Amino acid sequence: MRWINRRPGPVLGMVLLVLPFLAVFAIYSAASQARLAENPSDRLLPAPAQIVETAQRVVFEPDRRSGRILFWQDTGASLSRLAQGVGIAAAVGLSLGLAIGMLPVVRGAMSGFVSVVSMIPPLAVLPILFLTFGLGETAKVALIVIGITPILIRDLAARTLELPREQIVKAQTLGASSLAITLRVALPQIMPRLLGALRLALGPAWLFLIAAEAIAADQGLGYRIFLVRRYLAMDVILVYVIWITLLAFALDWALRTLTRRLYPWMGSTP
Amino acid sequence: MSLVQVDNIFQSYGAHNVLERVSLDVCEGEFISLVGASGCGKSTFLRLLLDQERPTRGEIYVDGAPLRGEPSRSRGIVFQRYSVFPHMTVRDNIVAAEGLGANVFGILTPRARRAARARADAALDRIGLGAVADAWPAALSGGMQQRLAIAQAMAARPRILLLDEPFGALDPGTRLRMHDFLAELRRETGMTVFMVSHDLSEAFKLGDRVVVFDKPRWDPHAPDAFGATITYDFDARRGGIPFQTLEETRNALHSA
Repeated sequence: MRWINRRPGPVLGMVLLVLPFLAVFAIYSAASQARLAENPSDRLLPAPAQIVETAQRVVFEPDRRSGRILFWQDTGASLSRLAQGVGIAAAVGLSLGLAIGMLPVVRGAMSGFVSVVSMIPPLAVLPILFLTFGLGETAKVALIVIGITPILIRDLAARTLELPREQIVKAQTLGASSLAITLRVALPQIMPRLLGALRLALGPAWLFLIAAEAIAADQGLGYRIFLVRRYLAMDVILVYVIWITLLAFALDWALRTLTRRLYPWMGSTP
Repeated sequence: MSLVQVDNIFQSYGAHNVLERVSLDVCEGEFISLVGASGCGKSTFLRLLLDQERPTRGEIYVDGAPLRGEPSRSRGIVFQRYSVFPHMTVRDNIVAAEGLGANVFGILTPRARRAARARADAALDRIGLGAVADAWPAALSGGMQQRLAIAQAMAARPRILLLDEPFGALDPGTRLRMHDFLAELRRETGMTVFMVSHDLSEAFKLGDRVVVFDKPRWDPHAPDAFGATITYDFDARRGGIPFQTLEETRNALHSA
């Protein structure tokens, strides 16, 4: 049988699924053990047990100075920035993407401009954002918005243009206005595309969030990682990295589930 | 007086001439089948009737008024594919025929919506789609989707129905049932129909007139140089006698 036709059964499927995770864990444990055997006070590769212990301390014990659990405070601050940034980017991306896709006049004015703007490396304008918006929340949210809005606009405009011309013509023969076609024919079909585009954009959004927090912040997941780096607290960094990964994975899963729930007609359409 | 008057239209895309000197008069209630080889401008002609494109030269009049440059409610269309809205249920696709044009937002008031739903359900029951009113179009077979597309176009009550190879993708059995369905709709509404078809027997079976598009002039070194025009106009009701001959005899009789 050819390899392209061999499919794993349910048991083998599960084994294959966990195999790479186990492999990474095994390699890390071995490397950590080797270093700790040589130097018990090594901090670069803390033992897995040490990481679990740190996680318990970080997640459950309040900070001695402020009396609050910094881990949750950081999580709240980061998620709030992420939600604001992604929310604004989604709203702008959806409305501009639809307008560019539907209206030739807007397309003529904006599509060239957007493709040039999307080439600006967002991190290069971060200093400008800090200078204009100060070191508060605005600059961090703005970086996320600037970072992911252009790709959302371009993607959604392309998706709108991909809608079969037949549907747009059909709607006109039913007497629909431009607004009615946009709201009732294009928008509902673009919404699942928006959720799909957001799933892809969440990766860059996290990148810009952590970059902004690393440079200037007083709380947040990225801020904490770059703060404890100074003390070589690798165990804390690893706890935060695992947590961010879990959060990102949960958000991705939530968006995917939401798409399936809200747009059941998507499943069987090409 | 004729409902649709096509007055000497030409259509070309750059150096590519698709149609030339096309003239046609169609009376209200006539069923016109448009046939011809692939790439002979049948679909282009249908797009011009729909007013999705403007002819390079010439003018098309509907009810005495020239077309205004965009599709409108007076001319319904059924394409071979993609004619129904995939994000609306079968029932909502019919309701959309009333709702989309109701106001600038394309949204019906709750009361009007209830009434439209009742009418849609009645229409669906009649065409045998009542049982799948809540299904998504993607779950329907090709024949059911085309029935839905025709019912949707009809729900907007157009005076003229344009069909672009509507049954091209269907199996022969479904095709025959669709012919009956279309013939029945026509008897009831008396609307004017233009149908592009690749199937000659279908064209003659359904049509009152069968209009043939072909290129009367052909340059083998420049296949795009000359456009197609109407080369034959058959009266399909009388066993396919060329329509022009009939016109000539009638005129001869009148003038005599």
